[in-house]
Amino acid sequence: MSQYFQEYITVGAFAAVGVLLVLAILGVASVIRPSNPTPAKKLTYECGVDPVGSGWSQTYVRYYIFGLLFVIFDVEAVFIFPWAIHAEALGIGGVIAIVLFMLTLVEGLVYAIKKGVLAWE
Amino acid sequence: MDLIDFGLIVLRVVATFALLLIVTPLNIWAERKLLADMQNRVGPDRAGPWGLLQSFADAIKLFFKEQVLPTKAEKWMFLLAPVFAVVPAFLLFMVVPWGAPLTFTIDGVERVVPLQGTDLNVGVLFVLAMSSMAVYAVVLAGWSSGSKYPLLGGVRATAQAISYEAALGLAIVAVVLYSSTAGDSGGGTLSLAGIVERQSGTLEAVLPQFGAITQFIPRWNLIPQFVAFVIFVIAAIAETNRAPFDLVEAEQELVGGFHTEYSGSKFLLFFLAEYVNIFSMSALAATLFLGGWNGPTFDSILPGFLSAAMPTVWLLIKTYVIVFVFIWVRATLPRMRYDQLMTLGWKRLIPGALGWLIVSALVIGIRRFGLPFV
Repeated sequence: MSQYFQEYITVGAFAAVGVLLVLAILGVASVIRPSNPTPAKKLTYECGVDPVGSGWSQTYVRYYIFGLLFVIFDVEAVFIFPWAIHAEALGIGGVIAIVLFMLTLVEGLVYAIKKGVLAWE
Repeated sequence: MDLIDFGLIVLRVVATFALLLIVTPLNIWAERKLLADMQNRVGPDRAGPWGLLQSFADAIKLFFKEQVLPTKAEKWMFLLAPVFAVVPAFLLFMVVPWGAPLTFTIDGVERVVPLQGTDLNVGVLFVLAMSSMAVYAVVLAGWSSGSKYPLLGGVRATAQAISYEAALGLAIVAVVLYSSTAGDSGGGTLSLAGIVERQSGTLEAVLPQFGAITQFIPRWNLIPQFVAFVIFVIAAIAETNRAPFDLVEAEQELVGGFHTEYSGSKFLLFFLAEYVNIFSMSALAATLFLGGWNGPTFDSILPGFLSAAMPTVWLLIKTYVIVFVFIWVRATLPRMRYDQLMTLGWKRLIPGALGWLIVSALVIGIRRFGLPFV
């Protein structure tokens, strides 16, 4: 079997051991702990006072715009990582191209900051 | 792949897990003791010598505690969230090399055993993927609790994680770029073992023009990439939700944050995940910037098995320096306000990291290839 698959089999084994560890902890605990639920105990704790209304209250998610910006910065990694590895082979032309690309990103970020979308209004 | 290869994989997985499970209770103890010293308190001192067994006592206590499953909670998501917290935390450490490769001869076949969970050729990307997986745990826990404060904690966690992940990624790109072009490296790599290998030796190999002193300075990425190191550590503190960026569990405003409704062994799992994350992130910082397991092994004075263990000791020393910084920062700085946290992330760290990457690219480009059109 190739080295490649051997590595990912190890990843799988690692994840499996992790899940088993979690199951073991939860399993052992479920055997030895007492279980004596009462309606009052099963009430949502929240902050100690009896909860009012539904558990999921509506909140204004500020900074949702950050989610959009994050996508840009995450996709950018797709372009920069391959260049960073092959920088040696791509030479000065690659450096100029990627610097121009990153300056474009900086410009976008500056625009967003100037527009005030990153501020807590 | 034969049976011995398979056995070696199993051994590596078990050894890496064992290492994490041994250091984590010690880290918790070390944090409590150090915080106590910094705040002029005694700290845990009853369970075992110097309170060393305190973490084990706490874990056993949590095992015996009754678990409350709130009526309003989404049962399956509520149960799944701790699993999502623990598994990526362990997987994060898997790609970190924690010792020099050992060479054995079994049945006449020479086998090289890298002391590392596995050496993925996309190690750095795997690390980024796993560190962003951790946020799912917080979001799921917050949402599935069916309670208001955990939900707020989860929402905060999302915004915080995506903000600082971008800075973290950009800091790592600068390191990858540097190590793929530094001197005799022979091409770039995303494998962490490769990045460690490129930091062996002294600075003389890359900067001979600075004279004899470079023979005594190790060739760590820390020196040429110091700005990236600072950005990486700040972003790592934020990614692991530690003070002063622990807004997802700010007890004064959000009770316990995302784990308010969790009790007993499920709470234990979140606790375990947090400390495994701190250790993994510190080990990663040591690997990327402080030369990983590189260090003098004292072959001539130490017996063979001790000098073979020295690389692991070096990595642990470097890791604990970073862990100490994590604890020190927690003891020193007050928690940031939510909007300050976002301002720091988007208006300081990300532009800073981008600017540093541009500077690195230009400096490396001009040093390696000379000015264009000349």
